Formats: sequence, structure tokens, C-alpha cells
Amino acid sequence: MSNQSSHTATQVRKAKDGIGYTLIHIISFFTLLPVLGIIFYIVANGAPTITWDFLTSMPTDGMRAGGILPAIVGTLYLTIGTAVFSVPLGVAAGIYLAEYAPQNIWTRFIRIAIISLAGIPSVVYGLFGLGMFVLFLKLGNSILAASLTLSIMTLPTIISTTEEALRVVPERFRVVCASLGASKWQGIRKIILPEAMPGILTGVILGLERAAGETAPILFTGATFFLPHLPSSPLDATMALPYHIFVISTQVPGMPLQIQFGSVLVLLVFVLVMNLSATTIRTRARRNRQW
Amino acid sequence: MSNSKISIRNYSLRYSDGVQALKNVSLEIHANAINVLFGPSGGGKSSLLRSINRLIDLADVDETSGQILFNGVNILDKEMPVSQLRRKIGMVFSRPIPLPKSIFENVAFGLRVAGENDPAVLHSKVEEALKQAYLWEEVYDRLDDPGISISGGQQQRLCLARVLALEPEVIMLDEPTSALDPVTTARIESFLQEIKDRITVIIAPHNMSQSARVADYATFFLQGELIEVGAGSKLFVNPQDQRTQDYVEGRFG
Ligand SMILES: Nc1ncnc2c1ncn2[C@@H]1O[C@H](COP(=O)(O)OP(=O)(O)O)[C@@H](O)[C@H]1O
Ligand SMILES: [Mg+2]
Repeated sequence: MSNQSSHTATQVRKAKDGIGYTLIHIISFFTLLPVLGIIFYIVANGAPTITWDFLTSMPTDGMRAGGILPAIVGTLYLTIGTAVFSVPLGVAAGIYLAEYAPQNIWTRFIRIAIISLAGIPSVVYGLFGLGMFVLFLKLGNSILAASLTLSIMTLPTIISTTEEALRVVPERFRVVCASLGASKWQGIRKIILPEAMPGILTGVILGLERAAGETAPILFTGATFFLPHLPSSPLDATMALPYHIFVISTQVPGMPLQIQFGSVLVLLVFVLVMNLSATTIRTRARRNRQW
Repeated sequence: MSNSKISIRNYSLRYSDGVQALKNVSLEIHANAINVLFGPSGGGKSSLLRSINRLIDLADVDETSGQILFNGVNILDKEMPVSQLRRKIGMVFSRPIPLPKSIFENVAFGLRVAGENDPAVLHSKVEEALKQAYLWEEVYDRLDDPGISISGGQQQRLCLARVLALEPEVIMLDEPTSALDPVTTARIESFLQEIKDRITVIIAPHNMSQSARVADYATFFLQGELIEVGAGSKLFVNPQDQRTQDYVEGRFG
């Protein structure tokens, strides 16, 4: 009797669970809808604009015709420039915090500072960059100043993800390395860092992806409205996709819609490709992980 | 009467959380012998082993005092080159912990960090070490497979090979067979008998029967104190201290 009633209870619970899961699936589908909708809308309207010419030629006719080459190249330069500064510095800081820093008030303060930095609105970074790099260091409105500004914005992400990626590598590997006569740095370099690398790379890509898509930090530091040629030195200002999109959507009267959609689609693909590669690296690393 | 390889003198160890893991321990580790440390869990056996190769440096330690002399040198000295020390005093842990690398690279790791880069030398030393650990026959055709791809018993022999590759003077084993089947356990025990003539063995077995089986010399630890030390043949048969007797006869622990 009691056996039977508990049997029914289990069935009821299973049914309830089933309803719960279905509900969660439906809700998550609905939250996805707007995103999918936006992507679909941009792809549908932007795809016809994307031609080889559009990607590889200079804008003409006050940007109302021609291509967006300088904006694409500019965003590439800025992303690379950001990586050059933020990756070595961020990874080194992450290694220091995870492996070497003592656990005390000072390092706790540093961690809190890093977390707070990650939450600062990007326009504040832009103004800081203007004051620090453009004016004080006299770098002018330039790729260099903009890259440095984006680096400062990206650093917290890279530092935190590097630290986190190192921390999840089990302590026992450090002990074994030491027991086999490895110095602390040898253990880190040969075992710990390689194991953390997928996680670090994911953080780096996500950080750079944000840098590539931001307008505010480059607005006062290196982005320019229009450039009749490609930048030829790090001290040149540059066009960039996000700022270009802002300009052609709001500042140029009589701007053909398809050029706007095309530009947005290019930026979207740029960012999505980075995002996808980060996800792929992470999934593949999870599968191949030996711990 | 065999000579002393490691001489522990009035050694005490307290962790940062306040635990006094070892209290004024004095002990001779005999060369060319199997030295057993036994006693209930928490007695300080692992702490002592980790002190002997300075792996204790990686833990939060509040204070150590006393001396541990290895070949006449106090290894607790701040100036002690710990990497060289750890190459001479190898360690096998209770669970097999292959590094996340190939079988080959697991054995080569210690050699590489010691500066050996010649592929021919590495190959011959890795092969030699795997043969010594009786693993070569089972893995020679898949040296590039991950260390974790082999069975637990094979992994533990891999960990042994990894230590043997460095040609250590001492091997310490902390409950090395606690996760292994009886067949592999027996193999490892007979292996220790084989090597003890050239490599001093210190082992903290995970049970009494193994302690009694392998001990040339045995030391009983209880809550950080060395209670009794003696030849294995005597200590397990005729313990002098009541507490040792209680433990050996299975009355506690
Ligand atoms: N890393 C550590 N930090 C703090 N306390 C520890 C640490 N390792 C061991 N201890 C404590 O030291 C005592 C001795 O432990 P251990 O050396 O592992 O003994 P055994 O190997 O005989 O079981 C125990 O009370 C244990 O909790
Ligand atoms: Mg132990």
C-alpha cells in the first residue's frame, strides 16, 4: 500500500519536473527570440550589400557610396594594437595574482580594484584616454592612443580570466612538478600555463571582442570621421567600424540604408567570429582536458 | 648494522592553522633498507615525508625546528637548493598523479627540467626507467598516449618510473598502494625489495599488513609523536610500548 503510494508520488514528481523543464525551454527560447530576430534582420538587409568591392574599396561620395575598407582595416589595427599591450601585461598580472601574490590586504585590494575597473562605463575610459594618452603623453588622436585606451579597458577581463584559468588547474600538479625537481616557474611554464591556456585564450578573445565593438573609448582618442587613405603609422588617426556605423547612421544626411546595414553586418560577423572561436576553444579544451 | 642515510634530529613542525603535526621527532633512516613509518591517520607521517624533500615549502607552515641531515647536510637550511634535493629524494603519492602529458613526457619531465634536452639521452633514460618499473612491456608501443590513458596500477608504476628516471638516492612512498589492486600492490612491494640495495626506501603504508610485510625498520607515529622505533622483525612481533601494541593488535586506529 505505502509502496504503491510512494510509487505514485514519484510519478507525480517526475511529471512536475517534466512540466518545469518544458517551461524553462520555452522561456529560454523566448529570451533568445529578440537576439535571433535582430541577427536575422541585419543579415537579411545587409547581406546584399556585402560584395568584394564593398569590403575592399574606399568610401566615395561623402561615404554615401563605395566601400568601407578603411573602417575594417582600422578596427583590425585597433584590435591588434590592443592585443599587443593588454595580452602580455594582463596575462603576466594574472599569473602573478594566481601563482605568486601573497594572500593579504594589498592583493585583496588589487582584486577589488580590478573588478571595479571592469564595471566602469566605456566612455569614462575614453575620457581617461583623452587626458592620459592624447593630451598628457602627447600621442594625439592616434591608433596608438586608442589602442592604449582600449587596452586599459580590456586589461581587467584578461587579468581576471587568466587568474581564474590558472586557479582551476589542480594543485596536485604543482606539487608533482615540484617533487620532480621543477622550480616554481618551470612547473608553471611547462604544465600549469599550458593547461590554463584555453581559458586564458577565451578571456583574451572576449576582451578583444569587446574592444573591437566599442565606440566610446576611441571616440576622443583615435577614431576619425573620414580618412581618404589608410592610416600609415600608429600615430595616425583611423576610421573604425563601430564609430563609422555611428557616423553614417546619425551624421550623414541622405545615407543609403543598405550601406548602414552592410557596415553593421560586417561588425557583427567580426564579433561573432571572435565569440565563436572563443566558444570552440573552450569546448575543445573541456573535451581534451586530462583532469 | 647498516648506516644512516637521513638523520632527523629533534624535528618539530607546526602548520599555520595551529596544528602541531610533529613533536620533537628524532629518527635515523637506514641506507639500503625499507624504512616504514606507520600509525593512525593524522600521526604526521605525510608531514615528515614532505619535510624530507622540502615539499612542505608549498604548504602553509608556521614553524619548523630541529634538523634533517641528508648526507650530512641540513636540508632545512634556507640555502638548500631544493630542486636538486628533490631529484635525489624522489616521491610517490597515494594516488597516481600523472601530469597532463604523454607517457613519455611524464617520465622525461624531471630530466627536462634538470636541463637534459638531448633526445637520444631522454629516450634511453625514459626506456630504462620504464623497464625498471616493469611498465615498458605494456606501454612501449604507445608512449605518446596521455599518461591518464593507462590503468590505475600502470599509472602508479608510471609515477615510479618518473622518479626512477632521476636516479634518486632515496624514494619516499606515501600510501602508494592505497588505490591499487592486490596484484599491483604485490608487484610494487617486491619491486621495493629489489631496489633497496641501491635506493633507500621510506614508505608510509596505508595499512598494518603492508607495514609488517615490507619493514626492515619501522617507526610508530601517534599524533605527531614518535612512539617507538625498531627492526621490523621485532617491532610488530614484540612491541615495547603499550600504545604500539594496541595499534599493532588492532585495538585502535
Ligand atoms: N597542509 C596542511 N595544513 C594544515 N594542517 C595539515 C596539513 N597537512 C596535514 N595537516 C595536519 O597535520 C596533522 C598530521 O597530518 P599528516 O602528516 O597528514 O599525518 P598522516 O600522514 O600520518 O595521516 C593532521 O592533524 C593534519 O590535519
Ligand atoms: Mg598521510
